[in-house]
Parts: sequence; structure tokens; C-alpha cells
Amino acid sequence: MPTDPGHDPTTDAGTSGAQPRVRFEDVRKKFGRTTVLEDLNFTVERGERVTLIGPSGSGKTTILRLLMTLEKLTGGYIWVDGDPLTHDRRDGKRVELRAKQVAEVRKRIGMVFQQFNLFPNMSVVQNITEAPVHVLGQTPDQARDHALDLLDKVGLRHRADAHPMELSGGQQQRVAIARALAMDPEILLLDEVTSALDPELVGDVLAVLKDVAASTDITMLIVTHEMQFARDVSDRVMMFDGGRVLEEAPPEEIFSNPRHERTQKFLEAVV
Amino acid sequence: MFETELFLEALPILVVAFLKVTLVVTVASSLLAAVLGLVWAIALRELPGPLARPLAFVLDFIRMTPLPVHLLVIYYAFTGLSPMTVGILVFGVHYSTYMAESYRAGIESIRKGQWEAAKALSLPQSRTWRAVILPQAVRNTLPSLGNWAIAMFKDTPFLIFISVPEMVTRAREFGGQNFSYIEAMSLAGLLFLLASYPTAVLMQKLEKKLAY
Repeated sequence: MPTDPGHDPTTDAGTSGAQPRVRFEDVRKKFGRTTVLEDLNFTVERGERVTLIGPSGSGKTTILRLLMTLEKLTGGYIWVDGDPLTHDRRDGKRVELRAKQVAEVRKRIGMVFQQFNLFPNMSVVQNITEAPVHVLGQTPDQARDHALDLLDKVGLRHRADAHPMELSGGQQQRVAIARALAMDPEILLLDEVTSALDPELVGDVLAVLKDVAASTDITMLIVTHEMQFARDVSDRVMMFDGGRVLEEAPPEEIFSNPRHERTQKFLEAVV
Repeated sequence: MFETELFLEALPILVVAFLKVTLVVTVASSLLAAVLGLVWAIALRELPGPLARPLAFVLDFIRMTPLPVHLLVIYYAFTGLSPMTVGILVFGVHYSTYMAESYRAGIESIRKGQWEAAKALSLPQSRTWRAVILPQAVRNTLPSLGNWAIAMFKDTPFLIFISVPEMVTRAREFGGQNFSYIEAMSLAGLLFLLASYPTAVLMQKLEKKLAY
């Protein structure tokens, strides 16, 4: 079910005004001989919150990982504000971009991982200031002030000088959220961010994310099994199956009135 | 048959040889090997295949050929170098190939998520190595580097092949002059033990201290 907006990104690449925030164009991804995504087309508008749902192996996480450039595209294009992410179309040919160009666009994207992936050799606040100082060129003082504000926001200012290993999983994940936000991303990717947590810790993390969603206009792509959370924050839910978009609709619609039997069965199984 | 007098007489001679040669070569070569080993380990990961494969081959070649052969080849090939310099270079390079393997294991023990988090934060590759990967990897590698340094220390008698007057060479000379080898040789062995045992204990303590 492609959702093609019907304009050629090559004609107006760079003029980002009317461009969707994210656009997948004929994206294909294979791992070895296994096709995970097949000619996938969709767009995400600025500030939109989109939740990807579907059975495991349906390619949801792969979509986030492609956008974060953690995986290589097998075919097709990803555009961010109309700019090519990893591959550009020049004279009708698909051209791979150089690492430096990729890095420029990648800076607009942040990601929070299922396993937190904090740096264990750094304190909480160092985890958050590392990239602002060494990528954005902020002074250590600026970065630290910003980091402490963000820690306030996630309720962990008092643990600024702790080491990640001293924190609970839920606290680590909140630090990871602060770390991603410290880069002021335009797009935030949330990859099953509560799946590795003990049930009693899930609530705090989701509360932080709801707060982020309410207080910023960051575009979000969310992979989650927390359907209530998806209902609360997303503007649109996309149901994936076998590497394709089976259906998409606003959450209230898809949850109460799924059109496909597959969606219905999936929702019955997870809720 | 064991003459305490000879033992005591040999003591200052061997201690001086130990301090001036054995220890100097061990420390200098260990440092060289630790730095070069790290360079190899990073290069093997970062270089494109056509460059990494020949490097891996050379490192395997060095690791799988005997140290005395290297000593002799370099000694006769570069006659301008002092035997001591040849010793330090050859020990350093030879052991750097072992240490590279230790570093590699340390680097591979870092979870993939660390690299991915660094990439998601757009950290440049050099910064990722320096701030994220190496502090964790080297921590895991240090005990093993210490063990290689001790192994190298015990290999220093090979320096006899290129006439560096290290401790065992001196002990042999002393034995020849006094028609009795047992005193000086057992003293040399004792000095090796006295030096390597505390180092090994120190490495174990370091290992515990470095654990998260």
C-alpha cells in the first residue's frame, strides 16, 4: 500500500519547505537471501508521531535502523526533508553518498534503543554531553547545563554523576532518552524502548516520552508493543506484515476498527 | 657442590645485568609492543580489505616464526644497529603481534550496541574509538597484556643469540670462569621468579580494580 505524494524529489531536493520529514521510496532491504522490506513507500510529515506495529520479523525495527543508517539499503531511497540520506538519484542513476554527506543528514536523527546502550565508561552526564561537545561543538559548560536540564525533565538530575551500571533499567532508559534529546534531533526513533524493562519500570519511561511528545514538535517513529502508549501519542499507526504496510490509520480507528483480519488478530494477541 | 660463596659473588653481577639489560629490554619492548599491538588491532578493523589482508598475513607470519630467527635476521641485516636496539625492536614487534590479538579480543567483546549508540549520536569514528570503544576494550585487555609482558621477560635469554649481555649470558660466563654453573644459573632463575611473580600478582589486582 504505497502512499506516494506524487512528486519527484530530485527536482526540488534541498528546498525543504514543502518536503515531508521522512520519505521512503521503493525501499528494499535484504539480509542475505531473506527479503525484509519490499518496495516500501511511505512518508512521515513534520511533527508527526507514527507508530509501527506488526508481528516480529515484519520489518518495523529494520525501518528505524535504516533511517539511523545502522543498516544498508539494498534498494531505493530514503529522503529526510527532501535531502538524500544514503543514496541520491543523479541522472536517473542511484548513487551512494559519501560518509561525510551521510553524517550531515544523520545529525538530524536520534535514536533510543531497546537495550539503552549507554556508555558504561562514562558518568550519566558525560553520556549526555559527549556528542553535543564533540559533534555540535558546544562548550563543556553549555553542554552540561543543557544535560542537567534534560536530566531534570526525565527526573534524574540527582543521578547526574552516577555511572550507568548503578541505575535501574528504567533509569538507564530515561538517561538514554535525555542523551538523544541533547542533540536536538528533528526526528526521534524509539525502538521497543520498554521491551527490556521490568514491568514496574515501564510506566516512568512512557511518562517521560509522553511528556517529550507533548512539549516538543519532534517527529517520532515508534516501534512498540505498548498499545495504550501508541494510542496516546501517535497521530498514525502503520500495521506491517511481511515487509509491507498492511494498513494505516489514526490510532482510534485502527485499534477500534481494524480493516484487515491480520491486524485484528495481531491486536487481539498483544492487547 | 653448591657453593654459597660463588652464589653471593655472582649476585651483584647478575643484578646489574638484570637492571641494565633484562629490565630495560622488557620495559621498552613491552611499551613498544603495547602501542604497536593497538595500532595493528585498529588497523585490521578500519583498513579496507586489500590493505588489511596483507597486514594480517604479515602479523601471522611474525607470530608463527621463532623469535631467535628474527633476532638473527635483523641483527645481521642492520649491522648499524646496536644489539640492544635490535633486541628491543625485535621483541617489541614480535610481541606486538600477540598483543594485537589480545586487543582484538578486547575490542570484539564490546557489544554492537555501543558502536550503534555512537553512530546514532553522530560521533566521528575516531572519537568513537577514543571515547567509547578503547576505554572499555583496553580495560578488558590489560591483564592479558601484562601476561604477554611477563612471557616476553622470560624470553629475554634469547638475546644471547645476538650477544646482548643479559642476565643468563652473564650467568653462563660466570659459570665458565668459575667451573661451576649451578650457583649463577639458579640465581638467575631466582631473580626471574622474584621479578615476574610480583608483576603477575600486580596484574591480578589491576584486573580486579578495573572491573566495573
